[in-house]
Amino acid sequence: MTEQRTPLVEMKNISISFGGIHAVDNASVDLYPGEVVALLGHNGAGKSTLIKILSGAYRRDAGEILINGEAADINNPRDAKKYGIETIYQTLAVADNVDAAANLYLGRELRTPWGTLDDVAMEAKAREVMGRLNPNFQRFKEPVKALSGGQRQSVAIARAILFNARILIMDEPTAALGPQETAQVGELIKQLKREGIGIFLISHDIHDVFDLADRVSVMKNGQVVGHARTEDVTKDEVLGMIIMGKVPAKAIPGPGAMQMA
Amino acid sequence: MADTTTHTAHFNRARSAEESPVKRFFRATEIDTRLLGMVGAMLIIWIGFHLLSGGLFLTARNLWNLSVQTASIAVMATGMVLVIVTRNIDLSVGSILGFVGMIMGVLQAELLPQFLGFNHPATWIITLLAGLLLGAGIGALHGVIIAFLNVPSFIVTLGGLLVWRGATWFVTSGRTVAPMDSTFRLMGGGTEGSIGATASWIVGLIACVAIVASIIHSRKQRKRFGFPRRPIWAEYFLSTVGCALVLGAVAVANYYPWPTNIARKYADANGIAWPEGGLFIAHGIAIPVLIAILIGIIMTFIATRLRFGRYVFALGGNPEAAELAGIKTRWVTVRIFALMGMLCAVAAAISTARLNASTNAQGELDELYTIAAAVIGGTSLAGGMGTIAGAMLGALVMQSLQSGMVLLGIDSPLQRIVVGMVLVTAVWLDTVYRARAK
Repeated sequence: MTEQRTPLVEMKNISISFGGIHAVDNASVDLYPGEVVALLGHNGAGKSTLIKILSGAYRRDAGEILINGEAADINNPRDAKKYGIETIYQTLAVADNVDAAANLYLGRELRTPWGTLDDVAMEAKAREVMGRLNPNFQRFKEPVKALSGGQRQSVAIARAILFNARILIMDEPTAALGPQETAQVGELIKQLKREGIGIFLISHDIHDVFDLADRVSVMKNGQVVGHARTEDVTKDEVLGMIIMGKVPAKAIPGPGAMQMA
Repeated sequence: MADTTTHTAHFNRARSAEESPVKRFFRATEIDTRLLGMVGAMLIIWIGFHLLSGGLFLTARNLWNLSVQTASIAVMATGMVLVIVTRNIDLSVGSILGFVGMIMGVLQAELLPQFLGFNHPATWIITLLAGLLLGAGIGALHGVIIAFLNVPSFIVTLGGLLVWRGATWFVTSGRTVAPMDSTFRLMGGGTEGSIGATASWIVGLIACVAIVASIIHSRKQRKRFGFPRRPIWAEYFLSTVGCALVLGAVAVANYYPWPTNIARKYADANGIAWPEGGLFIAHGIAIPVLIAILIGIIMTFIATRLRFGRYVFALGGNPEAAELAGIKTRWVTVRIFALMGMLCAVAAAISTARLNASTNAQGELDELYTIAAAVIGGTSLAGGMGTIAGAMLGALVMQSLQSGMVLLGIDSPLQRIVVGMVLVTAVWLDTVYRARAK
């Protein structure tokens, strides 16, 4: 089974605190190639913070990150990208005032032999990638600000997959989307999974992710309540983990599990 | 899904059919209507002053002077665009101009002559390079404090405003330094510091060739990748208008002759017989104006064609996104302020050369005119938006107001009142325009 292979990502005993508040406390999660792991919990449970440590936005206070079984040194977003970790943030993190192509290549622009920006080449590639994700998308010349929520989301996703990501982090990927666009993102996740990419899906809404995920990891108050394979548990049991920290029989309890008397 | 597509396509068709010819024209030519509006406003100002002053404003002489007076602020405004785009402000540019100008004055009038003698051909270049380095250093210092010590740019540059103005005084204890080196002085314009009729036409023709070449190049590039192209008539129209504007400006500069006494001296010195009705020697384009245009081109290149420029705009649009995209945002900030300092040095060279002296008060209030020029030129204080060309046009509008009011004999306190009100009105109109454009 998957457990015998080397995990793509292993975050071990990660802690971080902000001004005395333990946002993430001794949390461990892992992810295998071609697997979708849903990271669930209430707002403020620490899921986004934990994942931002993986994507390099925050620096951990303690713990270690292993990529393919080797210790990884991730101190900023550039380091994370070097390990093939791409993130789609909840806030989308796009620069509103520039166009789609500029956003796709932000920080990794294509350049001509003279060192100037190769805008046409970037636009050509952007048209190709966006054509795959969202065939209706035509507004390549407009600033991203002018686009709809779904279109902006496609831009954010396109940026993440453009550079051959091996590990994809999606923080509330469907929060800004309508039902049709949500279905599209679902399709995309299945496609990426088939390509062997490992995906962390972060959500506070279990219904968004339960059907897509292979496993769930639940967090509460900065601690991991437990892990479970989605085939072993019901949505109600997972809800119990999220709300009360109650770990069902087939799940593996973590440090944040409710202490049974 | 399919239903939505056909619906959208239908909607698009309907929209293009409804579009008025004017709208279609602007869409085809991709002309920035905002910029066009500014040009329109400027023409109204020009014609208004022309009528009110009894035909003094739209003369070759006044327009030539206007171009020279605009140069120094226009140079600094190009840098201020980048500063404001990243949601910063630089209040110290006038003081940096004063300080760098004073150092350059002392260097060329007092220090270098001790080693090189007066009016040595290398003096101006050594002076200018030293000034550029000093300006970049001061700007970089501001940038480091802003980016790495997290002090707001408003405060850092407000401090800079006081510090560098004070430092200017200390260099010579308040004494004015004059005269400047004879080659250096060419950067200030005047009859000597203009390139004459023939050279001006050559510059104009080169500019025309460049305009046409760039339009052809961009069309080829778009064709290569199969992107939508402008209709061919729009390309011809843009080339024609661009070339006409350039050649028209050259013609105006060439229509302004040297003053009679200078022309007579020149005729005597060169053994030319003084003809009946005077000798017509054209000024041509002034060197400071050429410098400003060159800076404008370089800055536009930096802002739109280089990675640095892309980062500046991304940083202004969404600082968090820029950081998460892996951009070294702090270094970008430092580089912006260093560049701004360098541009202050260029402006200092132009203004000290024009005055033929370095004074204690050089560049006072220039920070406000520079910021006003950038803002009138469409740079948004909320960050992320602005163009170099717009800011330079903004500088021209500000200077047109000033010099027009001087022509009309309006007192300087009233001039300030008018300029202040125009600034507020211009930004208000821009806000209204943007709200409607959304």
